[in-house]
Amino acid sequence: MPYFSTWGEDKVEGQAIIIAEGLTKTYGSQVAVNHLSLQIFEGEIFGFLGPNGAGKTTTLLMFLGLTEPTSGSAKICGFDPSREPIRVKERVGYLPENVGFYDDMDARQNLQYIARLNHIPDSVSSKRIDEVLHLVGLLEEAKKKVGTYSKGMRQRLGIAEVLLKEPKLLFLDEPTIGLDPDGTNRMLDLIRSLSRERQITIFLSSHLLDQVQRICDRVGIMINGNLVAVGPIEELGKKKLGVEKEHYTLEEIYMKYFKEA
Amino acid sequence: MLRGILTIFRKEMEDHFSSTRFLLISALIVMVGVIIASMVGMGIQEELKGMAKPTLIFLLLFTATGKLFSFVQFIGFFGPLIGIILGFDSINRERVSRTLSKLVSQPIYRDSIINAKFLTGVVTIAIVLVAIVLIISGLGLRLIGVVPGSEEVLRLLIYLIISILYIALWLGISILFSVIFRSTATSALASLAVWIFFSFFVGLGAGVLADALAPIPQSGTQVDPEIILKHERVQRIASSFSPMTLYSEATNTILDPMRKTTRGLILMGPLERLSLTRFQNPLPLFQSMIIVLPHLISIIALTFLCFGICYYIFMRQEIRTV
Repeated sequence: MPYFSTWGEDKVEGQAIIIAEGLTKTYGSQVAVNHLSLQIFEGEIFGFLGPNGAGKTTTLLMFLGLTEPTSGSAKICGFDPSREPIRVKERVGYLPENVGFYDDMDARQNLQYIARLNHIPDSVSSKRIDEVLHLVGLLEEAKKKVGTYSKGMRQRLGIAEVLLKEPKLLFLDEPTIGLDPDGTNRMLDLIRSLSRERQITIFLSSHLLDQVQRICDRVGIMINGNLVAVGPIEELGKKKLGVEKEHYTLEEIYMKYFKEA
Repeated sequence: MLRGILTIFRKEMEDHFSSTRFLLISALIVMVGVIIASMVGMGIQEELKGMAKPTLIFLLLFTATGKLFSFVQFIGFFGPLIGIILGFDSINRERVSRTLSKLVSQPIYRDSIINAKFLTGVVTIAIVLVAIVLIISGLGLRLIGVVPGSEEVLRLLIYLIISILYIALWLGISILFSVIFRSTATSALASLAVWIFFSFFVGLGAGVLADALAPIPQSGTQVDPEIILKHERVQRIASSFSPMTLYSEATNTILDPMRKTTRGLILMGPLERLSLTRFQNPLPLFQSMIIVLPHLISIIALTFLCFGICYYIFMRQEIRTV
């Protein structure tokens, strides 16, 4: 499965869409994110790994301007999220972990509300809603109340929702957690096709290593608020495990870093 | 900026008018209002028989107590419930259903969310109150057959504005609790507790406080008027901490032109008494307004204070999904 093969490295040459420099967030005396410096390039699928509570979600919130960094700075699509959060949010889609919907409305109504909040005129959005519903395979169920949706359908509706604004960059927080194997596969295929067909940069936060390995070009490993490694999986494997192996699994690499931390 | 508010406003409006509990409480209030007004109206009808030129009758529909209580008293007591029902879960419901984190990641200012929710509540309150007053007025027109004069209409209009502000205060209180508490049950109970405290116990407490600070001797024929006055003053100041007292004093005065003060007890000399009985004329609207102005300002200040605190806390809160 050569998804993380050489073409991933060509893309690294592209323009940086996320630039974080010394990004730090502390809650009282507890350091959630410690001097994070990172660059993500246009078009890549980046896997952001780490155990629960490592500071992944906090990092995402800082990238979106939903929480102020204690120190350091970030540039998302060329804008500083703590200074111009609206500009960032116009260009960036964020799918939170276990995304919520208005359960008493149907899928189309939910999407229309979000479209209006993104200043998309109704004439444009009605077509676009059909298009994204078709893309995630929910066009048939569009008339059903979202309260009756299964977990996998809700997650796919979440993807449809963030696509409405035609984002350049997507932040996906644990998009496959709690999905059955079929749902997981559909979700991963969807994410890959968004990257390939729509050239959307994807920043995926997860701790499901095999899934990250299947779709990501590069990964970053975060442990206790520190970014301990960044790079393509092969490269990290060579560096960390040393041996010339045919194939490195992300799990081996991750566990090695985890034990050292 | 305005676009975001309008979008949320539109959705919240739809939510309110399709929510069962809001429709139930509105129906209840309309029903009780109509019952009170028709009872009062029939009473007035009886008394009007044979009167040649009745004046200032129309407003009696709202202020006359009839058998139980007047419409104005009823709104003073139960109006807050409308505000509480509209607001108690406005923020934490979105938090529980995890839609809040989604909402704040859209390109809108964060304060549009809370502004729109408050605005929707106020507009909904206004719609309900205007509807009730119109229904009662229509009923009254049929029952007593007296057309209100322009001054009476103006007085009703001011009454409506005070009532909207008063219920908006309770909306503010309940939205504040919905920002502070994560659970909708907690915020509902907290709002109800504040409502009961300020509506019932502050009045009782004011009496107790006045008795303690300026006890009126039970025995003895001659009671010093100074003591009665002091007792009254303590009670007034203490009970003015209750928005309900502020509201009922203000609305009673604005709707009843014969009332010349918001006070319950007036001490007066023989000459003043004479002048009062000899010149029993209604107070001009402008004078009534001057009398209730402090009350009105207090209610507005409380409403804004409440919303201000709410806004401040909401803007500083961390929005997390977990």
